[in-house]
Amino acid sequence: MSAATNPTGPNPSVAHLRVVSDRAAGAPGITLAGVSKTYRSRDGDVPSLRPLDFHIHAGEFFVVVGPSGCGKSTLLKMISGLLSPSTGEIFVEGEAVTKPHGNVGIVFQNSLLLPWRNILANVMLPIDMKGLPREKYLPRAKDLLKLVGLEGFEKKLPWQLSGGMQQRASICRALVHDPKIMLMDEPFGALDAMTRERMNVELMRIQRETGKTVLLITHSIPEAVFLADRVLVMTERPGSIAAIYDVPLPRPRSLDAMADPVFTELVQRIRKHFFTQSTLD
Amino acid sequence: MFDKNEVARERGVAELKAPGAVSKTLNAAWVRPVLFLLFIVVAWDLTIRLFRIPPYQIPAPGDVLVVLWTDWPELLRQAWPTTYATICGFLLSAVFGIPVAMLIAGSKTVESYIYPLLVFSQSVPKIAIAPLFVVWFGFGIIPKVISAFLLGFFPVVVSAVQGFKSVDPDMVDLARAMQGSRFKVFCAVNLPHAMPAIFSGLKVSVTLAVVGAVVGEFVGSNSGIGYVLQRSIGTFDLPTMFAALVILALLGVVLFWIVDRIERFVIPWHVSQRDDFLFAA
Repeated sequence: MSAATNPTGPNPSVAHLRVVSDRAAGAPGITLAGVSKTYRSRDGDVPSLRPLDFHIHAGEFFVVVGPSGCGKSTLLKMISGLLSPSTGEIFVEGEAVTKPHGNVGIVFQNSLLLPWRNILANVMLPIDMKGLPREKYLPRAKDLLKLVGLEGFEKKLPWQLSGGMQQRASICRALVHDPKIMLMDEPFGALDAMTRERMNVELMRIQRETGKTVLLITHSIPEAVFLADRVLVMTERPGSIAAIYDVPLPRPRSLDAMADPVFTELVQRIRKHFFTQSTLD
Repeated sequence: MFDKNEVARERGVAELKAPGAVSKTLNAAWVRPVLFLLFIVVAWDLTIRLFRIPPYQIPAPGDVLVVLWTDWPELLRQAWPTTYATICGFLLSAVFGIPVAMLIAGSKTVESYIYPLLVFSQSVPKIAIAPLFVVWFGFGIIPKVISAFLLGFFPVVVSAVQGFKSVDPDMVDLARAMQGSRFKVFCAVNLPHAMPAIFSGLKVSVTLAVVGAVVGEFVGSNSGIGYVLQRSIGTFDLPTMFAALVILALLGVVLFWIVDRIERFVIPWHVSQRDDFLFAA
């Protein structure tokens, strides 16, 4: 465990359950400075996100949890450069984001593999889109497939794989062009509960081995606490920051961490946010 | 591919019961429609004999067969211009229909201008305006081609628009976030995604193009199957007329079959082709 992956420092006993607000602009990682988003529609302006200020450290596992329609997906699209914020600025690795910058890998709830490409060709999609040399990245794609346990499935078509395997392939696709950041929008939401737990453990291993900065969006509070170095809790629409929690659980974590009193206490604490506001749907 | 499929299906049967020579022939794909056709012809013959229908109302199947046999060279000679006009009209509807669909699906502005007019133009009966083409272009091949094109064009556009529009926006976002240019994203995502819909449009279009070519021949031509039809109706030569209809049906079936083969070759990954693909892989 490196210092960068745990912002709470080496002494987790004093750092539990504390609300953190930090601003460290210009540094590697992701920085949001006064970022808000308002959609224009025929019925007038619809605010989606209130101004947000936070920083995600390089190599950090950062999880956003919030009710549906709180603008989480908007946040993700803005960081990847697909949408521009209405106000404020986003910095990825110290560079202002104005258009798609390709320094992110995205994983959606659906694996979104192209049905006409085999698994290896699907993983290579970012290389084709960016116009990078195929032969240089082909070994990397194969290594990644090995990393997620999909060795021997390179020539299979997506429909021949189970849902969990498809999602592993889409994680490989997000990593193949070696971006600094992985953005995940409810990546395991479509999987059954057992596969989901296994994928969470796997995801932590992948993040540890690759050292990527991960921004993951989820509905599940236990999943958020289990995975995260820090959890950002969002309010209902228009979304804003309700709180940011450090998760002082040591790494590497196994599923046993869910029985830890620190874990259960933090899950309870976060859950209260939604019960005092309204329901989490 | 086709034969392998048959063999595999046979194997499945073999496990259930001993494969008799009869069940083997019955399982060949082309046998069943032929059997059904034979049944219809027999029923046709019986009905004429039973109800004593005079030959100037409905000819006996035997008479039609005799005409087909004796006039075969003449019919084949007349089938050629019709085939030629059909194929030209069909290719034109594909060449124009797919780009028009791309424009309609790609731009709301283009859609709002063109689509309603396109639907409106479809309500105009082609047979009513076909004589105009003769006035404009004379008695040659051009009026037939235009008429075939006008009938074949619309189904291609409608299906292709639906195909282009049904692409998952998340998938397009994903490719765009990887810095794919508009053209690259279109070729890698939108176009392959629309292919199955385009092919279903092309299959409808090719059969309608046959109708279009015949309509063109009805209104002004001195060659082609449509001309044969027109002439034989004028002289109450019903066996020849029915023989011409058989030729037209054969033409439609063959062209449809060709498009179907091309489809299997172009989109082997699609759900509708998976049976074959499994055994081919």
